[in-house]
Amino acid sequence: MHVGLFVPCYIDQFYPDVAIATLELLERLGVTVTYPAGQTCCGQPMANTGCNDETAPVARRFVEMFSGFDAIVCPSGSCTSMVRNHYSEYFDEDDSTFAHVRDHSYELCEFLHDVLKVESLDVRFPYRVSVHQSCHGLRELRLASSSESMEPRVDKVRKILDLVRDLEVVPITRVDECCGFGGTFAVNEADVSAAMGLDRVADHVHSGSQVLVSADMSCLMHLQGLIRRQKTPLEVMHVAQVLVGRPIHSN
Amino acid sequence: MSISLPIIDHPTAARDFVADDERTHWHDAALWFVRSKRDKQAASVPEWEYLRSLASGIKSHTIANLAEYLVMFERNATALGAKVHWAASAEEHNQIVLNILRHHDTRRIIKSKSMLTEECGLNHILEHAGIDVVDTDLGERIVQLRGETPSHIVLPAIHIRKEEVGDTFYRHLGTEKGASDPKYLTEAARGHLRGKFLAGEVGITGVNFLIAETGGFVVCTNEGNADLGASLPRVHIACTGIEKMIPRFEDLAVFTRLLARSATGQPITSYTSHFHGPRDSDSELHIVLVDNGRAKIRESREFRDSLHCIRCGACMNTCPVYRRSGGHSYNATVPGPIGSVLSPQRDDSKYASLPYACSLCGSCTDVCPVKIPLHHQLLALRGELVNRRRIALSKRWSMKAASFLFRHPWLFSTAGKTGRVALRWLPHWMTHNSMNKWTIARELPQPPKQSFRDWYDANRRSPTQSATTNQHSRSTSESSS
Repeated sequence: MHVGLFVPCYIDQFYPDVAIATLELLERLGVTVTYPAGQTCCGQPMANTGCNDETAPVARRFVEMFSGFDAIVCPSGSCTSMVRNHYSEYFDEDDSTFAHVRDHSYELCEFLHDVLKVESLDVRFPYRVSVHQSCHGLRELRLASSSESMEPRVDKVRKILDLVRDLEVVPITRVDECCGFGGTFAVNEADVSAAMGLDRVADHVHSGSQVLVSADMSCLMHLQGLIRRQKTPLEVMHVAQVLVGRPIHSN
Repeated sequence: MSISLPIIDHPTAARDFVADDERTHWHDAALWFVRSKRDKQAASVPEWEYLRSLASGIKSHTIANLAEYLVMFERNATALGAKVHWAASAEEHNQIVLNILRHHDTRRIIKSKSMLTEECGLNHILEHAGIDVVDTDLGERIVQLRGETPSHIVLPAIHIRKEEVGDTFYRHLGTEKGASDPKYLTEAARGHLRGKFLAGEVGITGVNFLIAETGGFVVCTNEGNADLGASLPRVHIACTGIEKMIPRFEDLAVFTRLLARSATGQPITSYTSHFHGPRDSDSELHIVLVDNGRAKIRESREFRDSLHCIRCGACMNTCPVYRRSGGHSYNATVPGPIGSVLSPQRDDSKYASLPYACSLCGSCTDVCPVKIPLHHQLLALRGELVNRRRIALSKRWSMKAASFLFRHPWLFSTAGKTGRVALRWLPHWMTHNSMNKWTIARELPQPPKQSFRDWYDANRRSPTQSATTNQHSRSTSESSS
């Protein structure tokens, strides 16, 4: 299987280690991975602003770039959902190239759980971690059951984290409340966004967590910004970094 | 719309509410408590998700055949002795109600909760005509005495603390100064309202469900105020949006099982009152069916589902933005996610900021008992607003610039590198100031020396592979720009 590594723009520029960890993890699991040069962004910032004309060429460029792979793996639920759930309006209904890319794009944990069916990982992470479920991973990709929904679903992120030795997951109070990032929402509604984020941080701190872990680095970029400003004693790490056993001060 | 509200964008209106940290947390906790009660109730119904699908299906069918069901309802309601009125707009609705009241020479009316009359601005019109209007729902009465509007469709006074209620009642009802015991205050309101009920000449109620097959309708309350308001006076006027229709009596059970559980986390409202025609030959029952923009929403394939709404308010209770910004920050009759879908369809310039008052978390969509894809509709509305040029030019141009950047990888890479270098070398105050909204409450990420693409080129890509892929990326960017 030849996997195309889809690295979100902000990870490429600000959190390269998350992409390196993703690559290393997939390679350790015996997957052939290529990072197609020239990739930039899936177009979500424009799409979420409602600028569909500006999104369309970016979406078409993305599909063309990734069409030759058996699977496309991304360390972000939000960006994966953009391709899977929101690209259709930019392509013809019978566009088979698009259909291939849409149906073979996976968020990292989803890929490990559903496609590779990983049942063991040789990694140790001796810390108390609390999990932040990203909204798009949760409610758009259905990586777990949302607290509103009464439909039982497997928690894929948790399943994968449970494979890590000596890792203790500590529970938080509001298991899947939004952190308030929301892309451009974070600056459009800066005050509400910060209030939402600070409440999330407090919840994770009260849980006794040492590391706040998420499958979406964009949520963590926002939360880390608040944590640093408040000088809160809490680390943030992407799940990929945990899965390759990075030290907790990686970001 | 009869109520004219100033155009205030949501972020500005929200700022004042959020600034009071203690109040925001209190408001958030009060609503989260309701949401948690809802979760427990929903979990107690094994077929919860099936009920949601059923309710959504019934509503889709009804909205698709709305004209037919409206006519059926009118026929059956008329046969029961009710008088059915049709109002195309808020103004027509208000005029119809006013005409009925004038016909009966009414000076005092008692009113139970109706978001439709709030939407139409009825109270204001009636008061202007010299009629004494008393809202009999406790929350609405508190809001009315304070000269405010409801901040929530089910919990109108959720933004007001019990101490503030005590102060309002001290001034208007003569309760003890400084009283804040909810039981004492509720007793006082009860005594006060009892007199108003007895003096009321006409009762106005809202409607939760119109039943086409029977010509009857159902009103759900917890305080019994609608029953008293409809039973004491000789004339009952029920005001309703046309989307409140359901086809058959047996469909009602699906909705009553969902409504109170979703709204307040109760298995059912204390009172579920059925009205089938006037109560006797000496009484009158008027039903005012109001369009006021609903038929237009029905025409839209994208937003038609928003007419499924049964006004439970669950999307407000769950919305992390609503809980922290308060209902008044929306400046609309219906706040929260559903209000942000409905309001811009009425007036896209006044309410242009509402679809953006959302982090697209999708909690509203999952909580909605009639499965309105709320966050997808909010996203779709943003596209409409951009097409109609209702968003700031600066926002539009920044997205055009971003799109250009993302189509030219070398430019993206260069811009990224420049930005990271600048962030590393510039003094903190130059990157973290009021010009950069990200940094009002947050630090920017610490910029790494190397982007992933640079790391990959240095560590993984062979020189030949690099040349081919770069060529590929160039041709890709040219073909799509």
